[in-house]
Amino acid sequence: MLYREAGQFKTSYAADQALMPITQDRVGLLVILVVTFVVIPVFATDFFIGSIMIPFLVFALAAIGLNILTGYAGQLSLGTGAFMGVGAYSCYKLATIFPDINIIVLILVSGVFSALVGVLFGLPSLRIKGLYLAITTLAAQFFLEWCFIRIAWLYNYNDSGAIEVPQRKLFDIAITGASATPTVRYLIIAGLVAVLTLVAANVLRGRIGRSWMMIRDMDIAAELMGIRPLYAKLSAFAFSSYYCGVAGALMVFMWLGSAEVEAFDINHSFLVLFMVIIGGMGSLVGCFMGAAFIWVLPIIIRAVPQMLGLDILAATTEHIANIIIGVLIIFFLIVEPHGLARLWQIGKEKLRTWPFPYAST
Amino acid sequence: MELIHSILVAPFIEMVAYPDFFLQVVWEGFVAGVLYSLIALGFVLIYKASGVFNFAQGIMVVFAALALVSLHAMGVPAWLAVLLSLGIMGLLAVGIERLVLRKLVNQHDAILLMATIGLTLVLKGVGQLVFGGEPKPMITEQLGLPTGSTDWEVFDGIVIFQHIDIAAAVIAVLMVMALGVFFSKTRIGRALRAVADDHQAALSVGISLHQIWAIVWFASGIVALVTGIMWGARSEVSFALEIIALKALAVLILGGFTSIPGAIVGGLMIGVGEKLFEVYWGALFGSGVEAWFAYVLALIFLLFRPQGLFGERIIERV
Repeated sequence: MLYREAGQFKTSYAADQALMPITQDRVGLLVILVVTFVVIPVFATDFFIGSIMIPFLVFALAAIGLNILTGYAGQLSLGTGAFMGVGAYSCYKLATIFPDINIIVLILVSGVFSALVGVLFGLPSLRIKGLYLAITTLAAQFFLEWCFIRIAWLYNYNDSGAIEVPQRKLFDIAITGASATPTVRYLIIAGLVAVLTLVAANVLRGRIGRSWMMIRDMDIAAELMGIRPLYAKLSAFAFSSYYCGVAGALMVFMWLGSAEVEAFDINHSFLVLFMVIIGGMGSLVGCFMGAAFIWVLPIIIRAVPQMLGLDILAATTEHIANIIIGVLIIFFLIVEPHGLARLWQIGKEKLRTWPFPYAST
Repeated sequence: MELIHSILVAPFIEMVAYPDFFLQVVWEGFVAGVLYSLIALGFVLIYKASGVFNFAQGIMVVFAALALVSLHAMGVPAWLAVLLSLGIMGLLAVGIERLVLRKLVNQHDAILLMATIGLTLVLKGVGQLVFGGEPKPMITEQLGLPTGSTDWEVFDGIVIFQHIDIAAAVIAVLMVMALGVFFSKTRIGRALRAVADDHQAALSVGISLHQIWAIVWFASGIVALVTGIMWGARSEVSFALEIIALKALAVLILGGFTSIPGAIVGGLMIGVGEKLFEVYWGALFGSGVEAWFAYVLALIFLLFRPQGLFGERIIERV
């Protein structure tokens, strides 16, 4: 009843092409932005911001990166963790080499290195596709992981092999390092994620994004219609890896504070893939939903025995969490293979026709 | 110049200078390759019959071996434990077919792959919950597997053959032959091949897809148990095996997803190649090249032959 576009007339091409043509959507987005940038920083606890919102946003960004590649361009990838690692390590190196440049600029630049590596490992996609390609991305995963361990230059030859985030300031406020408050870090991440999501939304509906979707739907047909697979596939790899790289840099610099190779291992790649699949392939909203679901669910599962006052070993809850997540993934795939985004879409459709679901629209 | 020498010349000089060591390395690689092949075999069986890329094969190996070891630890005699573990794998196969595969027919490849990754999580959780996460020794002697080693004197040196490795190779060969006979001579085997060729045609001549899928998952469960025993006997039964099992994916690429000979040859190539590379060229890169060599080899290989060594030629139409 409330969610209906009746009476909203478009009088210009610009209005017709708008990212969100329906007023209710724009209001909804505004509410979300207000909640993100005003309500949460002001009212939420440090725990909520630090262990739920920050990881959620970082993973949402990584999921957008993977979704560009898998959901929009149809190239299945299992190397997300490694590409995030490239972003993190190059950001670390950049921060060591250029200590005077603002860290936010460096985070954004470090994505470029990730994009270059992504293009390199995307080259096989010109010859192979589908599951075969998925396995070649495992090559990227394991090779890069090995690089992070063996090339000591990447972590400045320190003994621990971990990268430590240096203290950096913006307008005299600490934004990275130990003394940066979760709220400040959260606001920076939220800002970057909002801007990058907007960019992604516009790239995806533009010429490049449409060429990716043509490649996904049928690459030979797309080629016959004048899409050059070389450019389309490699640009998808570059864009996707850029987002993953920035997410990786954010993960280390704004969330963890320090990281070792284990932070970028194959399980991490799977985690992001789960988010994309559960959220919905080929949907930006889905990335956020999937990230929220996959990140928050284990936290809840771990919290339940405590709340009930049961005395269960931490390892046992961990295993039970594994089982529940696995079962839920299978359940979701069976019930709604197109993910939470499709449920959301169905819900909106129902709202539009409510209370007369049979009325033709 | 120095570098070119150390890449192209020095390793070969070393190989010729110490042929016994070279043989030892090749043998080690060969045995590792046999085990990769066995894991890959489980993948191929399932992929052929149902088009599902079974990511859970690695954890199935661990699960089967853990079930066997734990049953024996509870006091069940070894032969009965083997039978019971087979029973567990059978139940698992039927359960997976009933609860997962049947409901996901005709879905996109990626979704089926994801379902098996979900399955991996479930099996991992259940395995750790029921059997415990710590590594366990395999009950090699109780199963009647040989232990000890034989020295073979050759080229003024000795090459050591562990008996368990020889047994692994022999059992692998026997199993592949048994599978070959099963596929070509028995009724069910022929039905499996029919399903692999064309689901709809198989359905129309009265082959039950559900039944075939359960059987094929059970078959790869048996392969998983054998692999688990062999692998466990060489090192120990632990969840770390799962990551090693991922290497079987590289084997699959090399051999082609649908080819049993491909899985064998690919496995041996990767096993031997990886060991040789690690021993003779590894020092150039720093150690640990084993972690990625298989995948990079597969990747380079794919650039020249996208369908793998023995894969069916990919023909695409718009």
